[in-house]
Amino acid sequence: MIEMIESELDPQSAGYTQVIDAGDHWMHRLEKGQVFRILDLEGNQAVDTLFYNADDPADRYSASDTIQGQGKLYLTTGSKLLSQRKTHLLTITADTCGRHDTLGGACSRESNTMRYSLDKEHLHACRDSFLRGLQDWSPDLGKRDLPCNINFFMNVPVTPEGRLTFEDGISAPGRYVEMRAETNLLCLISNCPQINNPCNAYNPTPVQVFIW
Amino acid sequence: MKTMNPVKSIPMNPPPSGELLYEVELTGAGMWSKIISRGKILRIEDLKGGANVGMLLYNGHEKLERYNMPDTLKGQQIFYLRSPYCLHSDMGRLLCSITADSCGWHDTVCGFSDADQVKEKFGGKSFQEAGNHWHRNGRDCFLIELGKWGLGERDLVPNLNWFSKVVSDAEGNVRFVPNHSQAGDYVELRMETDVLIVLNTCSHPMNPNNTYQNRPVKLSVRSGEPPSSEDPSLQVCPENQRAFRNTDDYHKLRF
Repeated sequence: MIEMIESELDPQSAGYTQVIDAGDHWMHRLEKGQVFRILDLEGNQAVDTLFYNADDPADRYSASDTIQGQGKLYLTTGSKLLSQRKTHLLTITADTCGRHDTLGGACSRESNTMRYSLDKEHLHACRDSFLRGLQDWSPDLGKRDLPCNINFFMNVPVTPEGRLTFEDGISAPGRYVEMRAETNLLCLISNCPQINNPCNAYNPTPVQVFIW
Repeated sequence: MKTMNPVKSIPMNPPPSGELLYEVELTGAGMWSKIISRGKILRIEDLKGGANVGMLLYNGHEKLERYNMPDTLKGQQIFYLRSPYCLHSDMGRLLCSITADSCGWHDTVCGFSDADQVKEKFGGKSFQEAGNHWHRNGRDCFLIELGKWGLGERDLVPNLNWFSKVVSDAEGNVRFVPNHSQAGDYVELRMETDVLIVLNTCSHPMNPNNTYQNRPVKLSVRSGEPPSSEDPSLQVCPENQRAFRNTDDYHKLRF
């Protein structure tokens, strides 16, 4: 069952907001206790996201620790996002989409050649955006700091027989996911430019972030 | 959308005919790391049943290139690993092909254990107290071996758990399936490039058995050749053929 949990926070009262265009990266600090929202403006837009402990970025979001901790593949309200040291990074507190992926990873120009065709190598991809975001933030961060990420608003169902596919999104214009920072964090987003699978409905669009 | 049935029968490969180059037995909670060159075949055998082998893989020359769980799963549209599927790197290339497998389901989603978990589950036994029978955990074993290659915490990514089966229901709830691997079960990996293999035999983090397990495995390496284009692992899907071509280009340019 997919459950929608709304937030009581008013976007007008947010201390910070920013529209992130498709294909852009965005890196920002979140303080412990702050609330962070990602709004899917036009619907079915995958938002590839990583979190790092701001006090020590070697301690970063871990998909396998998060799945192990909650005994569940998909992320939604109540999910605790854990780091690879089992630091509690964030808690999802509201979610009007209902389900987010953390198995599908980020697209890259190299993986595009594997997944679609050798002539797709020139197409813009998330891991290039991630790299530029990290490089701009600190000369000490780079490719080693790209573990398996979260794909907010993306739908990657797994069957009991073990089949895994990318399916049409279950998000829609105006849906959002909101989370509370449980420690001081760095957030890195690549607003996914992928045009070869249904993760962005073949049409990458802007998203908006809010911080309270 | 392309469909593929992940429960079709497992094709049987002939036993590896290459020369036996290396053999070692690892006790439970043992750890090991070596570079194995292209074409060679690593066989891992569960000697007593119930083993778990946590594994991370890196390009032996360029350790920034590493095993990538998402690319491996989405490229082959599968949630777990078995023969004849491949292990993909994060650079659009192949690291290994699973050329033989008597077990049929290996987890790559649920990660590894850490010290707090092992203490909570098994009561904790320090070295001071128990000597070399102390309780080890997957995270420390990975970090120890990674450290010997100049790698560390930043290189910990979702790993493989050979011989362990974890299934998901339609809601995404995951469940460890007990008694999956039996004594004598094995898996064989053909190296598609020169690969740094880092592994340990600590138990699966979701194994509900609260008796600290010593489950030995045998590792052996035989000589072998890179695959032909008809190889079953490359025939799984066009994605594997394209990743193999990327790997082949890498070898042509580099060596």
